[in-house]
Amino acid sequence: MSQPTLLYLDGITVSFDGFKALKGLSLVLEEGEMRAVIGPNGAGKTTMMDVITGKTKPDSGRAVFGVDTDLTRLDEPAIARLGIGRKFQQPTVFEPLSVRDNLLLALAGDRSPRFALAARETPVERGRIEEILLTIRLAPERYRRAGELSHGQKQWLEIGMLLAQEPKLLLVDEPAAGMTDAETADTAELLREINRSRSLVVVEHDMAFVRSLAARVTVLHEGAVLAEGSIDHVQNDPRVIEVYLGR
Amino acid sequence: MPGGGTGWRRWRLPLRAVMLGAVLSLMLAMSGPARAGSDPFSDMASTNFDMVARGVSALAVSGSPRAAPVIDALRDSRLFAWRWPRPDSPLYIRTAKGFVDARTGAPVAAPPPVNVRLVIVNDSVRSAIAAAEGALDLTSPKKKVRLDAAEELYQSAEAGALPLIEQALARERDPAVAGMLREAHAAALLKSSSGSVSARLAAVHQVAARADLSTRSLLESLQGQPPPVAAAIQEAIREIDRRLQLWGVLENVYYGISLGAVLLLAAAGLAITFGVMGVINMAHGEMVMIGAYTTFVVQQLIAASAPALTDLGLLFAVPAAFLVAGMLGVVIERTLIRFLYGRPLETLLATWGLSLILQQAVRSIFGPTNQDVSSPPWMSGAVSLGGLTLTVNRLWIIVFAALVLGALMGVLRWGGLGRSIRAVMQNRRMAAVMGIRTPLIDALTFGLGSGIAGIAGVALSQIDNVSPNLGQNYIIDSFMVVVLGGVGNLWGTVFGAMSLGVVDKLVEPFAGAVLGKILVLVLLILFIQRRPRGLFPLKGRVVEA
Amino acid sequence: MIYPDRATTVTLGCVLGGAAILAVLNQLTPAASAVHVPGFAVSLVGKYLCYAILALAIDLVWGYAGILTLGHAAFFALGGYAMGMYLMREIGARGVYGNPTLPDFMVFLGWKHLPWYWHGFSHFGFALTMVVLVPGVLAAVFGWFAFRSRVSGVYLSIITQALTYALMLAFFRNEMGFGGNNGMTDFKDILGVPLGRDSASVGLMLVTAVVLSAAFLLARAITGSRFGKVLVAVRDAEARTRFLGYRPESYKLTVWVISAMLAGLGGALYVPQVGIINPSEFAPANSIEAVIWVAVGGRGTLAGAILGAVLVNLGKTWLTSALPEIWLFAMGGLFILVTVFLPHGILGLFAARRSSTAPERESAAAESAAAETVAREVTG
Repeated sequence: MSQPTLLYLDGITVSFDGFKALKGLSLVLEEGEMRAVIGPNGAGKTTMMDVITGKTKPDSGRAVFGVDTDLTRLDEPAIARLGIGRKFQQPTVFEPLSVRDNLLLALAGDRSPRFALAARETPVERGRIEEILLTIRLAPERYRRAGELSHGQKQWLEIGMLLAQEPKLLLVDEPAAGMTDAETADTAELLREINRSRSLVVVEHDMAFVRSLAARVTVLHEGAVLAEGSIDHVQNDPRVIEVYLGR
Repeated sequence: MPGGGTGWRRWRLPLRAVMLGAVLSLMLAMSGPARAGSDPFSDMASTNFDMVARGVSALAVSGSPRAAPVIDALRDSRLFAWRWPRPDSPLYIRTAKGFVDARTGAPVAAPPPVNVRLVIVNDSVRSAIAAAEGALDLTSPKKKVRLDAAEELYQSAEAGALPLIEQALARERDPAVAGMLREAHAAALLKSSSGSVSARLAAVHQVAARADLSTRSLLESLQGQPPPVAAAIQEAIREIDRRLQLWGVLENVYYGISLGAVLLLAAAGLAITFGVMGVINMAHGEMVMIGAYTTFVVQQLIAASAPALTDLGLLFAVPAAFLVAGMLGVVIERTLIRFLYGRPLETLLATWGLSLILQQAVRSIFGPTNQDVSSPPWMSGAVSLGGLTLTVNRLWIIVFAALVLGALMGVLRWGGLGRSIRAVMQNRRMAAVMGIRTPLIDALTFGLGSGIAGIAGVALSQIDNVSPNLGQNYIIDSFMVVVLGGVGNLWGTVFGAMSLGVVDKLVEPFAGAVLGKILVLVLLILFIQRRPRGLFPLKGRVVEA
Repeated sequence: MIYPDRATTVTLGCVLGGAAILAVLNQLTPAASAVHVPGFAVSLVGKYLCYAILALAIDLVWGYAGILTLGHAAFFALGGYAMGMYLMREIGARGVYGNPTLPDFMVFLGWKHLPWYWHGFSHFGFALTMVVLVPGVLAAVFGWFAFRSRVSGVYLSIITQALTYALMLAFFRNEMGFGGNNGMTDFKDILGVPLGRDSASVGLMLVTAVVLSAAFLLARAITGSRFGKVLVAVRDAEARTRFLGYRPESYKLTVWVISAMLAGLGGALYVPQVGIINPSEFAPANSIEAVIWVAVGGRGTLAGAILGAVLVNLGKTWLTSALPEIWLFAMGGLFILVTVFLPHGILGLFAARRSSTAPERESAAAESAAAETVAREVTG
């Protein structure tokens, strides 16, 4: 089943002050796919996300989204509006605002100041927010200041904000970090659910979590792809075993 | 009596030279009845005023070492001759110690008063004396006196002085003085109506080699020259203008560097505290001001208790200012800054309040007017370098700033404290984990930064007024230096300070001081576009606020 | 439709009510009466209200967008100068030199013609446009450069200070044609109404109160709208807003320009009430002082800005006449006290930090209605 390519990275090289964070990284993601990216610390997973979302410009290489959109020419807001959403390792929600308002700001739509000055909340928007609140199980907390949520709740809120953006591609950085076993299981289920309508790239350390995602796995090592395939294939790859003794 | 001086006094020498020349030529013309070539001393012993005058003139150009004392004595009414003619024409000079023989200078027994008469002067003798005194300088055994005399002749070139100059040239051995005399000759030649075109052209080139303002005005004043000479003069003037412009620019660069040195001193402390602690201390200017006041107090103390050490006052003021401002800095950090840790914008406001309090406190204690801080003699005067006049006090400040910077860099690089400071600057949490007591380092850093500001105050007290507002005059510029240079590296501060100083002074002659400042500020705002964190920002994952 | 909440009603009530009372006490009570408010006191209050407008402008950018501006008095002063230019033209031939077109200071400088940028200021409408346009344009240019290059934090504050300092230096020059270091003064009348009389003072004070109220409502509307929420988000986690597709630069620029125009308006109302405008209004110290008004009242509350401006200036007026030497000590101390002990200002003491951000009345009803609908759909 060959779907159109959604994300195409080819030979991406990034160096910071002489240190090469990414060395000729290449990765192809099909539409509707969910990919898990694993690798030891310093392998370049976060840097790869930075390149895709426009935070870091690669020294060389190509990054194409969709048919022919060159990601290296755009900045973060433009890439976000294209339909690439990102969830960070540390949950970054807007703490002084309510849960609702966080989602409201994330809702896909006009991002200009002019619009924001005059904007009135429409029933459609209201409905959307309620929907998401239910999905992320934060409906009773809708008026709570986001800063007062628990760590796990903040993670979920962030995922909710990501959904609100209605992105085509979600980049999720260590979604299970700091969660209980129950929460981790819920998160995996949520991600699989999201995958039914969107594409995902999930960076994780937790092997059991990766396994429960049932996705193709890419292993990064020292800024380049070391191995790629199903979780079993990858876990039995001698190179991977040598470099990264996973669970 | 050397020539030189300002205003009409400058004309003394050339005037005398002219008169001398006139007198000489007159005498040559009248050489009939007079016995030309006879001993000038005998002439002076004569009762004939004209002969006395001639003797004076002859003596002046003779080069004899006795010329000066004899002519001085004549002028001061201390020269005595025998009452009636004698073949050996004795002459005596009365000195404070007794009598000496005029010809030899050897002491003699006082002649009986009935036997001697004072050699008196009339107008023509007086003119001869005046002319002679000028000419004497050209024959003085001291090179400097001759050089100054030649210089003066050049400055006020008169055609009439030509013969005198030529005579002096013939005799002169020293190349420097001879060169000066040649220039004077050239100048005088141009002013005279004699001299061939080629001689005049040569004279123009001779004069033009000295590219300075007086030459320029001399060349401009020359009228009625033959065309080729006139053209050469115009070209020479243009060349001089070009040179003067170059020197002017260099002079502005010098002022810029000295301003940069001051800014460096003022801003270095700010860069350190900002780099290590992320706080901008709005009271930093007041640390500078307090350093300047410390200098004042130290000078007062020394004047009162040990006046002999007055000239060394600044040497005591530097450590005193460092300590006073530094300790104040530590106190401020412990009592105020640390409560605002992690809130740089609030720290900005709080330190602004502090600056108001400090200013008012100083105003209440010392009064609102300027305090008098004196400069020691070794800091006054100026040095000439080519066409530049460099004031010594600014030179000292540049040297001082370099020394302080060197010391600071040394402390930061090699000292234990310096290492700890750098560690905290680069990664506070890591440094704390490694056992560095960050609160202590914060206090010491703030103290160090304030101390340097105090030292800057000592330097500033030498070139600016010491008033409670002193700090306010430099604080914005210090900020600009930090914004421009970044805080990651002291070299950034050096670069920032020097650029701002030099650009400010280079722009000033064209646009005026105020517009210059505005331009600098606008340029800075534009520069920020490309480097929002300055030229040498702190690298790595810094705690943003 | 802005639903007036309690804070808004209280604030507007105080401002408008207080102004009205003062007006009555000045105009309708006999001069000898104990409750009579003299004309100069009315002007003084009017001045405080102008400062309150400036404080409001600062709170918008500082309390909500997190931009510590140390040069906002520049916009205030620019608006003031625009009004000053109109008032100077209004003097006409009644000046010392009696020149119908040239203001006194220009005659004194030996100028023969009115500079081109003075033309038009004889019309009030034009002057009023300039009052908001000049600060607005300057803010737009400056802000575009500053925010686009992502200058932030203390660097930005320093640059704003440099801006107002540069303007101060510029306006001190006689050649600029704005009166040099003497500025502009000796105004005669505004819109035909002679200045100096009580009726004029009262009128101006009332107008200022109304403008302040309108500005307050505008600020409320902005901060309560989605725009305001984005501003808070930008202040809290700017990078995150980028990843959501927002451009923080354009939001900051928008609020910055609006704020500058408000400040200009405040300055324009200030000048006829104090009777003079000179370059010292650009002094960085003025701007920094204005920031402390907001801090004292409570930043990020809008009403706090008004409160702080009035309170601090009342204190200043009293102290500078009663104990002038300690005024600077007092103000310095105020800066320190407020930042260390009262970071949320006076209003922060009273307002409990609500964990619920539930809105009141209408929208809550709409919210629960929507919630029910969705819940029904999901559970089917």
